[in-house]
Amino acid sequence: MSRTERQSWRNKLINPVLNKEFTLRMRTPRSMWALLAYLIAIGTLALGFMYVTQMESSGGGSFDPNASRIMFYFISMVQLGLIAFMAPGLTAGVVSGEREKQTLNLLLTTQQSSATIIISKLVSSLSFMLLITVATLPVYSIVFLFGGISPAQLGMVFLFYLFTMLAIGSLGIMFSTLFKRTMIAVIVTYGVMLFLFGGTAFLYLVLHQIMESINRSSASPVDFSWIGYILGLNPAAALYSVFDPSISSTVFRAGWTGSGQQSAPIQLWQEFLLVFTVITGASIAVSIRYIRPRLKKAKD
Amino acid sequence: MIEIRALSKQFGQFHALKSIDLTIARGTVFGFVGPNGAGKSTTMSILATLMAPTSGTAKVGGYDVTEHPKEVRKLIGYMPDFFGVYDQFKAIEYLHFYAASYGIPKSERDQLIPQLLELVNLTDKKNAYVDTLSRGMKQRLCLARSLVHDPELLILDEPASGLDPRARIEMREILKELKTMGKTIIISSHILPELAEMVDEIGVIEHGEMVAQGNVQDIQNRLRVKRILVIRTEGREQEAEDYIREHPHVKRVSRDDRGIHVHFGGHDEEQADLLHGMIQHGFRLISFSEAQTNLEDVFLEITRGGGGTE
Repeated sequence: MSRTERQSWRNKLINPVLNKEFTLRMRTPRSMWALLAYLIAIGTLALGFMYVTQMESSGGGSFDPNASRIMFYFISMVQLGLIAFMAPGLTAGVVSGEREKQTLNLLLTTQQSSATIIISKLVSSLSFMLLITVATLPVYSIVFLFGGISPAQLGMVFLFYLFTMLAIGSLGIMFSTLFKRTMIAVIVTYGVMLFLFGGTAFLYLVLHQIMESINRSSASPVDFSWIGYILGLNPAAALYSVFDPSISSTVFRAGWTGSGQQSAPIQLWQEFLLVFTVITGASIAVSIRYIRPRLKKAKD
Repeated sequence: MIEIRALSKQFGQFHALKSIDLTIARGTVFGFVGPNGAGKSTTMSILATLMAPTSGTAKVGGYDVTEHPKEVRKLIGYMPDFFGVYDQFKAIEYLHFYAASYGIPKSERDQLIPQLLELVNLTDKKNAYVDTLSRGMKQRLCLARSLVHDPELLILDEPASGLDPRARIEMREILKELKTMGKTIIISSHILPELAEMVDEIGVIEHGEMVAQGNVQDIQNRLRVKRILVIRTEGREQEAEDYIREHPHVKRVSRDDRGIHVHFGGHDEEQADLLHGMIQHGFRLISFSEAQTNLEDVFLEITRGGGGTE
């Protein structure tokens, strides 16, 4: 490969906008503090969990290796929560922030395409989130000391994180493009997170109760296994289904009336993957479409 | 270079631009004058492909801004009235970023950027972080930024706003140099009188309408026919004002602490008649002088006079 070809590939991979995003993000002390705060949070929770488990299981003796799997689930869930907390903050201001700082118009008059700007901003935010997540690996290594978890499982969890970051990040960037003010974009993105994590679980539980009570008072009970699809939108439930696939069957058979399917029509994480692939694609497309004003007039 | 036809822009019920027409030839330095909110920035934003017009067309270098925005962006260097900078960049990195964003290869950038820094007198600040630069320096850096891709047209929206007199002079000198480089420049500024010597044409816009447009000299000459006289009398000011108002060549009269301001439509002979008549009527004159008109007067005259240069 010639030097020019190498340069051309480098230019394709690291375009000016991405280069700028990387440089500016790592030049602020805020990034370092964010990383530190994140590691302290997850480290404290992991060590706290170990301490409590140790106290309860053997009254101050050694750490019970059987608890290491639970600990892995716990850290993974905490990490997912932290990602959901961090991603909107890192992405919901990337376009509106430039608009507020009055740098966006200058960027939009350059030759960089809307797609390059949006994707570079997304990749830059994802890279930083990935850096933070990878930095927590030493915490996970505590789990490996006690066994019970395979590297494949760990890999799956990290892939799930990557996907979740991409999905939340795309939503954040879309709101950042659509709303002029960062504050509103951040609030809306957190609102969507709250709905995905809390709202879907709440809706599932409420519907479950309602349908059960209907079935109890009815002579011909209805199949309400469809409510399982609601929980498939919940990132925490989807992650849990990666650890324990039987949860999907439990969720979908909640409304099982005794006939029909024996297993879940789809794993929760699979549904999550499918739905959020579409949402992510749509969010990126909307962002690309709306970062620049629509110049062409509608044909009469 | 610029061809605007029946361009209109509406924000809800507000008409920011009402069917304006404008043609600017290649190499012209065009001064865009008008009060705040008149539609200057809106016109410039449309030309910079940052805003869609409601109706009408705008072409830059033959390309319609709505049909071929990418081509238009290659041709223009845009400096908005308010802009931000990436504070964590050094001045040189800032220019490298924009030059790269215009697709200029690194080897060319290494040669170009020192030249641009020199043009805007920022060579000694090349390694300074942008947030440490003064407002004037940031304005100059932004001007250098708008030049990285050697655009044919510069759209400069209030490039000297908020600058102290010294920084304004520096900016003016740079603009003169750009003019000698043959750039077409469209510039809006409330310090246009200071730029009068370098502006070839002006367009006056008010309430979204193009009130006057043409060669600076022509417009100034047109105004000079209608002289502004400043007359001071010792006492009997109201009487003198009423007398002056009756003169057939007087268009408008106003009075303030500095004297009676007369917009006079006549020539030297009629002016001498007015002076003679006042003396004959026993007014004791302290002074009778002709005020110098400049571009600012042109602007004030056109906008205050309800849109006519007569």
